[in-house]
Amino acid sequence: MTTVALLGNPNTGKTSVWNRLTGGSAKVGNYPGVTVERRVGPLRKRPTIEVVDVPGAYSLVARSADEQIALDVALGLDGEPRPAVVVVCVDATQLVRSLYLLLQVQELGARCVVALTMADEAGAAAPNPTDLAHVLGCAVVPVVGRTGAGIDALATAIVTAVDAQAPVAPVVRWQPSPALAAQIATVRAALPAAWPQSDALALWALQCVGDDELARVPAAVRAAVAAAAPTAALDDEVIAARYAWLDAQVAGLAKAKVDRRRTERVDRVLLHRGLGLVIFGAVMFVLFMSLFAWSEPAIAAVESAFAWVGERARTILPDGVVEDFVVDGVIGGVGSVVVFLPQILLLFFFLGLLEDFGYLARVAYLMDRIMRTMKLSGRAFVPMLSGFACAVPAVMATRTMERQRDRILTMLVIPLMTCSARLPVYTLVIAALFPSHTVGGLSTKSLLMVGMYGFSLVTSLAAAWVLARVVKPLRAKRLPFVIELPPYRAPRMRDVVRMMGTKTWAFLREAGTVILACTIALWALLYFPRELPAGAPDYDAQVAAAPSAEAKAELEHARDGALLENSYGARLGHTIEPAIEPLGFDWKIGVGIIGAFAAREVFVSTLGVIHGVGDDEGSLRKHLANERKADGTPRYTPLVGLSLMVFFALACQCMSTLAVIKRETGGFRWPLFVFSYMTVLAWVSSFLVFQLGSLLGY
Amino acid sequence: MLTLAEVERHAQVAITAVDGERGFRRRLLELGLVPGTAVAITNIAPLGDPLEIEVRGGRLSIRKDEAAQIRVRR
Repeated sequence: MTTVALLGNPNTGKTSVWNRLTGGSAKVGNYPGVTVERRVGPLRKRPTIEVVDVPGAYSLVARSADEQIALDVALGLDGEPRPAVVVVCVDATQLVRSLYLLLQVQELGARCVVALTMADEAGAAAPNPTDLAHVLGCAVVPVVGRTGAGIDALATAIVTAVDAQAPVAPVVRWQPSPALAAQIATVRAALPAAWPQSDALALWALQCVGDDELARVPAAVRAAVAAAAPTAALDDEVIAARYAWLDAQVAGLAKAKVDRRRTERVDRVLLHRGLGLVIFGAVMFVLFMSLFAWSEPAIAAVESAFAWVGERARTILPDGVVEDFVVDGVIGGVGSVVVFLPQILLLFFFLGLLEDFGYLARVAYLMDRIMRTMKLSGRAFVPMLSGFACAVPAVMATRTMERQRDRILTMLVIPLMTCSARLPVYTLVIAALFPSHTVGGLSTKSLLMVGMYGFSLVTSLAAAWVLARVVKPLRAKRLPFVIELPPYRAPRMRDVVRMMGTKTWAFLREAGTVILACTIALWALLYFPRELPAGAPDYDAQVAAAPSAEAKAELEHARDGALLENSYGARLGHTIEPAIEPLGFDWKIGVGIIGAFAAREVFVSTLGVIHGVGDDEGSLRKHLANERKADGTPRYTPLVGLSLMVFFALACQCMSTLAVIKRETGGFRWPLFVFSYMTVLAWVSSFLVFQLGSLLGY
Repeated sequence: MLTLAEVERHAQVAITAVDGERGFRRRLLELGLVPGTAVAITNIAPLGDPLEIEVRGGRLSIRKDEAAQIRVRR
């Protein structure tokens, strides 16, 4: 198998080119150990050639493991196949800056082909491809990602370059000073045998190694760099020399200035002090409402479709364990995965449109001032907003952030946002346990609900602030937060739809399987041993003899409650009772908390079954309000309710969130961290609420 | 000594040096903000920060405290 790597700056239309070259049949995975997506697809023109889409980068110089990917792929280091050809996407409207990356690749001795994108948009500013090819010494093919024009010629150029046998020598356009040449020689002698022995790689190490978080740099190289003692003057020399060559040789090929008047006119509105913020609010409102409310019919349709399939299966299968396993475990489990798809598809539809249009960069620009107060960047705004609908698509949306550190910090606090699955729990608790009062014309019950939203906003912001200072890999480095504000462009629906498909498939395959397995395990925990406790009445005989349908249903609910009470899960609930008693919870709430791992709203139905009232929420509310302790005082006081809501606000009671964090970070480390810190936070907070409340006499 | 953070909107200036810690300034230099490059502030975000700057025909968003590390002359 021959490999071709596709490199380029962000916003160069690289993804479009990749989609056109491969026809979009991608294998999507993660690079090991980092949150960077690896996409590979066969070249349509010659399917034995695989095209790797490298994440957009301005330079090969790296400071962290996720930035190191670009060099690994370009050179075929660390398990990556060595590419026969490196295709560099060069933006005709940003010629000099995008060619800076090409110079680095050529210095490393890679065989290059230039895909000149955005030439249609650059108009008179676009260079003549023949002249550019002459200056650069490699093939230059103009392509238009939007229409596919030039893609065939690019594929031909790639195939020709792959077939060319003559070796390629490194091309260096500048002369290092004697001091730099000596430093390069020192480091080059220490390069491991598995790496290409080149001056450029030695220079790469001189620029990157030092105060870095790179993975896989051999100790010998580190020692050699330390001995050479590079300073900031080295960066000045190298970077200025490359730009000097580009300014002298290439800048003149652009015969005119790029026309940005259209983008400037749009920006005058969208970035306006007043109107710009109003439009921003409206766009975010639409995005949020579509996730929070407008996705509801699709979610309900998924739920009723799976309920219908379950019913059908019940009529076909004989009564018993197998029937319950297929219907409640498997069909219900697949349903609990598919139910996320409406929100995932919608969110990535919006993200794709906004990114392609160029507005996502403006969102980061507009919101940066607010988000940086908690050591995050403006890019974190959309994922965190989405967290108020559901943490699963929100965690997936962190891919739009460039830096791994920002991505992980955002993922850590997203589960604290009040997602829509918490609402049924809050609704139940508030309706059942809190008295109705009005304060200033507002009911206390709705104030409580608003209060829970405010509480989650404050805790998530505070958590980001604390985690950014306390967790070592997340401590903010002094790196410039520079975002490019690209020209506005019409979104390419093909690419948007393709991305929605890729994201959904990756979710189903990697997170969905975990969610399904966990759902089945939870089902088994709350189902087996499926025996009534010793001394229980013979419910089945009583049901058969029940005088009315009402009495029959009541007996069935009592039977289901007794079966659940005797399950392994309920025994676990009893076991953890001492741990949750100081929070004001009894074992029944413990069982509900265990059941809620499947999805938070399952708390309500589990509590219904364990209290023997089935799935009727009205009776459950009454039941909770009237339940008494041995001494005749109410079992569930408003204080217990408050403690319970605080617990649900802070605990990571959701295995789907944990599964998707595992997929996005490529390991168990971060999901385990999220689960631990949130559980501790929830327990301590509920403990304080309940104990202080009790002391105050509530 | 003038920095980019102190320059008024739309005034054309030229970069003379980029200060700050090595990894920080290397990023800015590699984006083409090398000494001698013309730069101008084209816009200020509605909340007062960051700034939108024009450099080499492109637009970048940069925070004020970062712009204060870029020395310029008129």
